[in-house]
Amino acid sequence: MALTGVQIFKLLPKTNCKKCGFPTCLAFAMKLAQGGADISACPDVSEEAKATLGEASAPPIRSFNLGTGDKAVKMGAETVMFRHEKKFVNPCAVAVNVKDTDDNLAATAEAVAQSEIDRVGQKLRVDAISIECASGDSATYEAAVKSVAEKAPDAALILNCKDAAAVEAAVKAVADRKPLINGATDENAEAMAAIAKAHACPLVASADGLEALSTLTEKIKGFGVEDIVLDSGAKSAKEIIEHNTQIRRAALKKSFKPLGYPVINNVIRDDSILEASIASVAIAKYASIVVISSIEKWKTLALFTQRQNIYTDPQVPMQVEQKIYEIGEPTADSPFMITTNFSLTYFIVSGEVENSKVPSFLAVMDCEGLSVLTAWAAGKFTAAKIAAFIQESGIADKISTKELILPGQVAILSGALEDKLEGWKITVGPREANAIPTYLKGRA
Amino acid sequence: MSFVVPKESFNGKVLSVDFGAGDKSLVIGGDSALPFLAFEGEIPNKPVIAHEIQDCAPDDWPETVRNEYKDVSGDPVTWAKHCQDQLNAKAIALRLVSTHPDRGDRSAEEASQTIKDVLAAVNIPLIILGSNHIEKDASVLVSAAEAASGQNCVIGKAQEGNYKTIVAAALAHNHKLIAMSELDINLAKQLNILITQMGFDKEKLITDPMCSALGYGLEYTYSVMERIRLAGLAQNDPTMQPPIFGDVGMYVWKVKETVAEENEVPDWGTLAERGVAWETLTATSMILSGTNLLVMRHPRAIENIEKTVDELV
Ligand code: B12
Ligand code: SF4
Repeated sequence: MALTGVQIFKLLPKTNCKKCGFPTCLAFAMKLAQGGADISACPDVSEEAKATLGEASAPPIRSFNLGTGDKAVKMGAETVMFRHEKKFVNPCAVAVNVKDTDDNLAATAEAVAQSEIDRVGQKLRVDAISIECASGDSATYEAAVKSVAEKAPDAALILNCKDAAAVEAAVKAVADRKPLINGATDENAEAMAAIAKAHACPLVASADGLEALSTLTEKIKGFGVEDIVLDSGAKSAKEIIEHNTQIRRAALKKSFKPLGYPVINNVIRDDSILEASIASVAIAKYASIVVISSIEKWKTLALFTQRQNIYTDPQVPMQVEQKIYEIGEPTADSPFMITTNFSLTYFIVSGEVENSKVPSFLAVMDCEGLSVLTAWAAGKFTAAKIAAFIQESGIADKISTKELILPGQVAILSGALEDKLEGWKITVGPREANAIPTYLKGRA
Repeated sequence: MSFVVPKESFNGKVLSVDFGAGDKSLVIGGDSALPFLAFEGEIPNKPVIAHEIQDCAPDDWPETVRNEYKDVSGDPVTWAKHCQDQLNAKAIALRLVSTHPDRGDRSAEEASQTIKDVLAAVNIPLIILGSNHIEKDASVLVSAAEAASGQNCVIGKAQEGNYKTIVAAALAHNHKLIAMSELDINLAKQLNILITQMGFDKEKLITDPMCSALGYGLEYTYSVMERIRLAGLAQNDPTMQPPIFGDVGMYVWKVKETVAEENEVPDWGTLAERGVAWETLTATSMILSGTNLLVMRHPRAIENIEKTVDELV
């Protein structure tokens, strides 16, 4: 929690020497408390006071990366309990667990490498592979880790192994990928922390319950490891939601540092759909990494979509730029359609126009990111506004027949639009985007 | 620093509502904590999933879910019995689709007969849903309430444009009532106030703040539901304390992800699992945000949600 001005004042030299640019130490302290000054401006402050102040101004949930490179996933730094209060900032990473004894190991790694899909303009993929040491053999484990790392060059790696010797060998093999070591228990904490520290890798602290976990993270921190991920041992959905809620509350509301870290949940189940359901509990309720056992495409699509829903900004709908999009290579005779700039609407509609293989112009009008019907109901997608947008767009010079195709849901606008857009023919298209391909092909 | 469980306790409580008659009747609500946080309050009743059936063949349902009922869906009574006896349904939601002017325009009398037949055939609680045509529902649901008199059904949905007749009928025949508004906490509150001002007991009300499918507005429903729960519990707002209803299947089984063939969208995986997963994850998100009563379609999705609920409590 942030310190008050008076608390900070107590840490300062109290000489009022003015070197910081403030008339008194107290004035400087007050400014620091508001975040309007930097402690380094006082040349005489003790190292100890600096450390205390640094600690106090650190975010309640520590933030660091899982993996390296431009596909690295940022974790932590969340500030609220409920998404309507403020945007949840760092979407939960999806990790698939593979055993080092599994013959399909390389195939799974390849599937991860090819898991990227595009949804509503975002590129989404399986973020990480957790390699479990099931063999109990260091050489087998190291070989498995190397093979996975090679087959999935962009994925973050999680070394799921409690044997320090095996971890040590594996970490060395992939040190440049900064694998997350999963990892440390009360028994092996010192050895695991030493490996994590030596290679600057983050470390998972696993304990049974939050009390034991708090003790363990303090211990690990004492060994010099700062980037810690929490595993409370939660197995059932009940434990996941209860532990994760308590962890986030303790960090945010009680400034309880020992639990101010990102959380990892293992949700592996025999039934893949049930596993997806439990994974969605973890995603909605505060996990930073969720570990699943398989990555069928239907499953990752559903999980990515749920994650996207939970992590969108509640104040600002996802939206795209207002302009006339050219799909395919439209010519003067190509159809001309209009829709709103809500991302979901735009991507569904443009996707279907692409499917039709009929080159087209698609006008996307700024309606503050609202869907067609919502924008219409909110008075942002009206005949007058559409007419003004079309006239200003200059599209009339690009097409031979002035015909505008409206979304079927706003058929009601066609009369008023014909009045406002002189010389234009207004045509009502299908209500649902999935009817667009048939519709466009039928016109051609 | 030692860990102390950070608990929150609330003054407010979700109202508990019972429905159905006899030993198969059910209770929802009663929570004094946020969903599934039993460590700081009471959560006496699990969310209930009702199996959706309709009064005409489900021609508009996509094949993956329609096929599950292909031998029984020709007739609502057979369909209802199948859900009760083969699928162990806890409750049935009968949607009177064919009363919609565009879907057959069947009369209120015909709908009443269907309700009587279904009620005679099953002993699990019945939820009776209109066709969501404001004017038509205003008369159909009145007859429905009468046809089901004494059975303690859940009737819905009463909306701003038609609540008066429906509320009066639910009151006269002693049913529970779903009040539906459109994704806005203030509209939900206002409708509950209007309904209770007619003398309808708030203990008999269920709020439907409008569901939406995964990927299609789910985040809005999720947050409206969370806010309703918080208003009821933390601010002790009595108009925000009825249990919450989620019409899941209806919104899910029309979005592209539950319909598109594999050759059309090779990146999306197998259609059979995709549809079931879509309905399951939509429902999981709903129960996490506070839904107490859900209407769903696919037997495997319902099974998975019941398992999820069992893990959560
Ligand atoms: C989520 C939602 C909201 C969100 C906004 C989401 C957003 N970013 O737009 C919020 C909660 C903010 C909201 C608010 C309101 N909403 Co609203 N909302 C919805 C909801 C549930 C989903 C909308 C959606 O995202 N659809 C998905 C997108 C992809 O659909 P779409 O843009 O229409 O595109 C489809 C088609 O139109 C077609 N299409 C699109 N473009 C084109 C172009 C061409 C050429 C063709 C051929 C086809 C085509 O393809 C798409 C896919 O099939 C709908 C109900 C529903 N289930 O549909 C109500 C709904 C649209 N809302 C409604 C209303 C009334 C409102 C409010 C006025 C009421 C209120 N509660 O205050 C406000 C207005 C907003 C404001 N004042 O700022 C009503 C509109 C009623 C009507 N017929 O006028 C609806 C239908 C709910 C209802 N059943 O009554 N809403
Ligand atoms: S420089 Fe340091 S010691 Fe001098 S007045 Fe500022 S805060 Fe006080």
